Amino acid sequence: MKISREDVERVAELAYLDLNGAELEMYRKQIDEILEYIGKLNELDTSNVEPMAQVLADDQTADETLRDDAVVPCQIASDVLKHAPDPEPPYFRVPKVIER
Amino acid sequence: MTKAWTIDGVKEALAAKKVSARDLAADFYKRIGERNAGLNAYLTLSEERAYAQADRVDALVAAGKPLPALAGVPVAIKDVISTRGVRTTCGSKILENYVPPYDATAVERLEAAGAVILGKTNCDEFAMGSSNENSAYGAVRNPEATDRVPGGSSGGSAAAVAACLAVASLGTDTGGSIRQPGSFCGIPAMMGSYGRVSRYGLIAFASSLDRIGPFATNTRDVAAILNVIAGRDANDSTSTSAPVPDYRAAMERPVKGMRIGIPKEYFGEGMDDGVRQKIEAGIEVFRRLGCQLHPINMPHTDYAIATYYIIATAEASSNLARYDGVRYGLRVEDDSLVAMYRKTRGAGFGAEVKRRIVLGTYVLSAGYYDAYYLKGQKVRALIAQDFRDAFSKVDVIVTPTSPVPAFKLGERTSDPLQMYLADIYTVTGSLAGVPGISVPCGRISGKLPVGLQIFGPPFGEATVLQVAQAFEQAGGGSV
Repeated sequence: MKISREDVERVAELAYLDLNGAELEMYRKQIDEILEYIGKLNELDTSNVEPMAQVLADDQTADETLRDDAVVPCQIASDVLKHAPDPEPPYFRVPKVIER
Repeated sequence: MTKAWTIDGVKEALAAKKVSARDLAADFYKRIGERNAGLNAYLTLSEERAYAQADRVDALVAAGKPLPALAGVPVAIKDVISTRGVRTTCGSKILENYVPPYDATAVERLEAAGAVILGKTNCDEFAMGSSNENSAYGAVRNPEATDRVPGGSSGGSAAAVAACLAVASLGTDTGGSIRQPGSFCGIPAMMGSYGRVSRYGLIAFASSLDRIGPFATNTRDVAAILNVIAGRDANDSTSTSAPVPDYRAAMERPVKGMRIGIPKEYFGEGMDDGVRQKIEAGIEVFRRLGCQLHPINMPHTDYAIATYYIIATAEASSNLARYDGVRYGLRVEDDSLVAMYRKTRGAGFGAEVKRRIVLGTYVLSAGYYDAYYLKGQKVRALIAQDFRDAFSKVDVIVTPTSPVPAFKLGERTSDPLQMYLADIYTVTGSLAGVPGISVPCGRISGKLPVGLQIFGPPFGEATVLQVAQAFEQAGGGSV
């Protein structure tokens, strides 16, 4: 067994994801099977392989892709707030974070 | 007017004043009204926006002004691509009422070229799936066989075009989500190289893999759409400024002497016999066209699914952290902030999305990062190297798009791993960042479409389209 119910609970905690008991057991079983399958990567010796952190890193134009770090006016703030679950312009309101 | 329109056909009819853009849009909406209840391809229609655009095109016609490349062409947009003022759900309950305040660059470019956006198409939730059955708004049915899936995740975009409910559409491809539904629905479907089309406004699933690309009824129309949406965008730092050639001009070149690589790893066990026969017949078409066929090896192909489900889920778990009930989408109230986050996400995400968030968070978590995520990135480098090695010997690589034709609704939903394995021939090119197209390659028993996949080297879209066009013109679609 690659992954325990406690592992799934811990990961769901990290991901701020409510899972019920049935979901915890279902995901444990399914993810266990997937991790078992993923284990086939260990057949490959990758000790001398550089991890691929960038797609098409040899793209000749890559150096042109950084723009100036300049502030550009953006006129969508009120539109954005209008669709928020609990707006209090110019803020998003959330439940109390710090207890007095 | 119920015929298969092409982009050129629309333009000619408009210029000759045989039809107005407004009437054409109305005709498509009429057909959508008749067929969409059965297919579930569209989730939202954008009639107001479509007619306003159609009127702009009709004004150009009336004034005798030159018509832009996609003037009056009715198109559909996958519902993971942002459209200003038009609801964009990602096939998820968590964005059920989300209305984007801006357009994706690809959408903006389509409209600037005269296209008429009919609406938003159904898809697997956050593009996670291979059958469209993971949509919170119900599965899409395959117009070619309505008891079967259209493929996924861009199932609605594929079905809409196959059923003539749009002339062309945009989908997104992360592991095969354009090419596989194109194959299942019997139409050409393409993803350009990573960086070829701006991802700005594409709601992210896995940022190092996600690509926007077109579906159409023929390869020339695929090329026309790609020409409009490709190119550098300052709003996506991964979009390339490599020049965009005129694909339609380039694709008419003959393919005689072209070196085509056939990797034996794409013809292994698990492949449907009907698919194998059609692909072999398709390869014969290339031989007839005077192409050189080269058997090649791509030794890391068998590791692609395992690699993909590490990388894609890791990136997804990070990207989907933004759905927190604060800025947009669903909120399930609670007195504490963390409980609000947890309840919102638990209630808003569907089963496949949760599964991938859990897996992705796990492979990135302390103690497992090296064993899974880092290992995955290293094997990804080996898979990309397979493609570089191949393209040092051949011009394009030809494979089946999917090992199986469209399967029945409900047939694979109980076993996630089996569903993942349906992407075995498409995820490789996704990981490597290369362009790929799926083109129709006959039908099994005259019914179920088969797709033939053509990969090209990075930014070799013109070559991919050239080979696809030659195949289509030589009757590859009906082998």
